[in-house]
Amino acid sequence: MPEATLVEAVNLALARAMADDPDVVLLGEDVGVNGGVFRATVGLQSRFGSDRVIDTPLSEALIGGLCVGMAAQGLKPVGEIQFMGFFYPCIDQLANHASRLRNRTLGRLTCPMVLRAPFGAGIRAPEHHSESAEAMLAHIPGLRVVIPSSPDRAYGLLLAAIRDPDPVVFLEPTRIYRAVKAEVEDNGEALPLDVAFVLREGRDVTLISWGAMLRETLAAAEELAAEGMSAEVIDLATLKPYDEEAVLASVAKTGRCVIVHEAARTGGFGAEIAACIAERGLASLLAPVLRVTGYDAVMPLPRLEQSYMPSVERIAAAARKVCAYN
Amino acid sequence: MNKPFMDEELPVIARFELRRRAYLGPDGVLHGRPPAFASNVDLLISLLRAMALTRAFDLKAVALQRTGRLGTYPVSLGEEAVSVGAASAMREEDVLLPSYRNTGAQLWRGVKMEEILLFWGGDERGNAFSGPKQDFPLSIPVASQTSHAAGVAYAFKLRKEPRVAVCMSGDGATSKGDMWEAMNFAGVAKLPVVFIVGNNQWAISVPRKLQTASETLAQKAIAAGFGGEQVDGNDVIAVRAATERALAAARAGEGPFLIEALTYRLGDHTTADDAARYRSPEEVQARWKEEPIARLRAYLVGKKAWGKEDEERLASECQARVEAAAASYLATPPRAPSSMFDHLYAELPHAYLGQRRELEGASDA
Repeated sequence: MPEATLVEAVNLALARAMADDPDVVLLGEDVGVNGGVFRATVGLQSRFGSDRVIDTPLSEALIGGLCVGMAAQGLKPVGEIQFMGFFYPCIDQLANHASRLRNRTLGRLTCPMVLRAPFGAGIRAPEHHSESAEAMLAHIPGLRVVIPSSPDRAYGLLLAAIRDPDPVVFLEPTRIYRAVKAEVEDNGEALPLDVAFVLREGRDVTLISWGAMLRETLAAAEELAAEGMSAEVIDLATLKPYDEEAVLASVAKTGRCVIVHEAARTGGFGAEIAACIAERGLASLLAPVLRVTGYDAVMPLPRLEQSYMPSVERIAAAARKVCAYN
Repeated sequence: MNKPFMDEELPVIARFELRRRAYLGPDGVLHGRPPAFASNVDLLISLLRAMALTRAFDLKAVALQRTGRLGTYPVSLGEEAVSVGAASAMREEDVLLPSYRNTGAQLWRGVKMEEILLFWGGDERGNAFSGPKQDFPLSIPVASQTSHAAGVAYAFKLRKEPRVAVCMSGDGATSKGDMWEAMNFAGVAKLPVVFIVGNNQWAISVPRKLQTASETLAQKAIAAGFGGEQVDGNDVIAVRAATERALAAARAGEGPFLIEALTYRLGDHTTADDAARYRSPEEVQARWKEEPIARLRAYLVGKKAWGKEDEERLASECQARVEAAAASYLATPPRAPSSMFDHLYAELPHAYLGQRRELEGASDA
């Protein structure tokens, strides 16, 4: 089976979706001739033509709105926002239109669109290039928010997102775009959009994360194993709607839970998971649920970004703390 | 306008000009060289009837709101010619993307009066049109529909369908970045889209002169690389003629066009507004002399194509239709609470089944 990086897997999925379905169109800044600033769309314009791989003007709100109009006409637009920090103008279109077009017309018009954006810190990028605003998006009813953490899951989840009849935000963790290669079979098979993945089974503590932070989370689990603690690691993968049952089943088994995300703590998606465990899984808890997150500080410029992001040490320390709790 | 600084010694690299279209004056007389359809009396009567129906509908909607039976409602009093003139130039297969003050356009396109009442009465069924299946519901966020129109037009162009997206907005929309972004892309991609700006001179309390220092709104098209014109928006013949011409050009692959329809908002912004707070009754009174229905009626009367009896018959017919629509709206019971989940997604995700069950329980109780 051929190997691919995460960004190559994104490219494979886009190419597959475009080859399978003439209604799929790509649009965004620099996605055409340049193949995207991260090369996620490289080669696609020459293969599928500039009518279907559209270099848009530098207008993020436009990209969101164009997708809505195209999708209402039955196309399946896949828009790219170059960085999460430039995503905010699109939130108007997502919150006011994309997420509610089906509901406000009772299904007369629908919005099968995908907005992709690289997100997260750790690549020493300039200001506004390192944000993690997934919780803002996951708060919008009617959307799906999907975050892959490996090349194979990026491939399968992106295909699912494009085939889904509703709007999907697909956030690609920039830091691991090229960090690892994994086997990706370009077989056109999609993964389910609301099922979490258990990446490592364990008995003593459940570690929940998504996107790039799973690297540190898995490394922490390894460290804990060396100390005799068995950590279960869950890749949530889809934040909206998320797999509550997988979370509760794991916590029922381990009785302890640490949630890890790069985004700021207050109102972060970890709070939602912790609340769910408190509401539905309290009886199985042996210790308080802890969060290891970015700080409630403005995302620092690159010199301090490593201090901002959860580290293996912080994750392992939180896990030790809940395991020692009694 | 202040004369912009210009170094007269430099060579001129571009020149622009704008034109204004107007045929039927407030005096009820046709001026200039009107389009051929202006001699089609039956057509003119149908435009008159559509504008009268829109006005009667507005009156009823306000009455319903004032008696607590409808939510906030925006009248289009005085602006009926913009909506009716534009919509009447469209083909059925074109797509309308209206703002909240284009009731007349929606009615012409076949949206039912009871549907419009349902929407403003707070029921999503009002947007599930039985008529123009692909038309967008009206956009309440100002100018956000402009990029949808570009997206719809892109789909038409990609599929080589001879259809046009018609995007309607008010003057306030031209102050938004959304509208610029949409027009800019429409120009680049030469999309079959027509932007119609009903310039009613007021964005709630903010007058046109505080929206922009541009002499016209039509000239905003120039920077986007396509044509625009100003029309007398109270002249339904001019609005229809301008829209027909723009639609034909867009259909023929000549790209987008911007029509600034100069009109005046004779009513409040919505039923929640009191325009007396920010403009004088004298100003409004003076503008009543220019309103669109009286001038078309006067023209038809002058042509002996319309008389007192016709007018009375039209009034009672409008009244009957509006009352029937209101009765139908008022007789429509609300949807079940759990229906808020029925069209949230194509298929409701497992994660939300419990919330829907909770509402089902509430409605059973």
